Amino acid sequence: MAIFLVFAIIFVTSNFTLKAESSLSELQSQYQRPSSIPYLETNKHSKAREELGKHLFFDPRLSGSKVMSCATCHNPSFSWADGLPKGVGHGHLKLGRKTPTILNLAWTEKLMWDGRFNQLEGQVLGPIGSEAEMNMSLQGPEGLAEVVKGIKGYKNMFKKAYPGEEITPELIAKAVAVYERGIVSEEAPFDHWLKGDQKAISQEAKDGFMLFNDKAKCASCHSGWRFTDDSFHDIGVKDEDIGRGKFLKLTSQQHAFKTSSLRNIDQRGPYMHNGSEKTLEDVVEFYNKGGNAKRESLSEMIKPLNLSNNEKKSLVAFLHTLTSNDKPVTLPILPR
Amino acid sequence: MDVLKENVMKMTIISKCCLLNMILAAPLVFATEHEIIQLDKKFNVQEITIKPGDSIKFKNKEKDITHNVFSLGPKNAFELKSQLPGQESKVEFKEPGTTEVECAIHQTMKLKVTVKK
Repeated sequence: MAIFLVFAIIFVTSNFTLKAESSLSELQSQYQRPSSIPYLETNKHSKAREELGKHLFFDPRLSGSKVMSCATCHNPSFSWADGLPKGVGHGHLKLGRKTPTILNLAWTEKLMWDGRFNQLEGQVLGPIGSEAEMNMSLQGPEGLAEVVKGIKGYKNMFKKAYPGEEITPELIAKAVAVYERGIVSEEAPFDHWLKGDQKAISQEAKDGFMLFNDKAKCASCHSGWRFTDDSFHDIGVKDEDIGRGKFLKLTSQQHAFKTSSLRNIDQRGPYMHNGSEKTLEDVVEFYNKGGNAKRESLSEMIKPLNLSNNEKKSLVAFLHTLTSNDKPVTLPILPR
Repeated sequence: MDVLKENVMKMTIISKCCLLNMILAAPLVFATEHEIIQLDKKFNVQEITIKPGDSIKFKNKEKDITHNVFSLGPKNAFELKSQLPGQESKVEFKEPGTTEVECAIHQTMKLKVTVKK
């Protein structure tokens, strides 16, 4: 009888362990990195296009003041953002929202906090032409295309990258988009753990990963290898800004903003579309209490989570494992 | 006799009119209800062709995810309210043409509805 009981206990425990292992590996499989970067059929990758795009990205002559480049706000030293609560635009004037990172954007269609632009190719001219941001005229003799055409070195680079095509604002945007598509965060400790290195992350972080997918329900939106499904929600940030609701008059889209990727997230504070949460601990606490604003548009998924202090710590420990040790970016010598 | 003949003729005309009415009304009577499932932040199909007057029942079969299906057209534009898991809503498509359907929350969810006679 005793032997039977021992066997029964061994059977039940091993079955339980197997189940737990299979559910963990099933979860892990949802976060595998892709093997290649997607490019548009109408704007395929080439080394010449990437090089040209990089030069244009770092070139302040693409702004009205001639002192602002795309990289002024999307600074590689700050994980391709600016580290500020809200961006700073033309004339050093504060913008309405935080500068989002441009890491890993090749995999998303709708861009900006409110999703108003489609694909990087369709987004690039938005900030360049915006009076509040780079304040560059997109037409006329002083406009973007004429300025670029006036720089001899760019003429040659365009010939190599887009032979036979006229330099237009749209072509400039295509070149910048090719460069931006290649801005991808490298493998982080979390990815090494997925590959089987059990020591790559701490037990506390592993617990945090389970909470992230279960009790804390973060993965309902922060899913996939980029830790975002690119969805738009009102998560209850207290703010007058109605976000996507400005042009999509549905209740669910009032105060709705795009779900941020969590790659390199500990390098990208302060957080939220308005930079209102300073630390990752603050963000976890924000979600734990179910947001700061109760209104009709608040997502049904935002509810108090009742996380213990240890659980909150585990979640933060997990978030720290998503930061990769990316190679420093070399600056291009710009053509004259 | 003439009155009888006249009455028979009248009855025949009325019967033909009724039959014509029934034939004309037939498409309305036989309008089909189609079902589109929302699961794993996807529609179960990306394209569907239906007839004018048909309707689509949008069903949220997620465990804990809310959807908000809408369309800006070009034909048959509509807006549904947020759908909690388990909820369903019906939309009638009257105009022939194409309707691009999306979820306002999840940008990967797209459905093309073609309404054809």
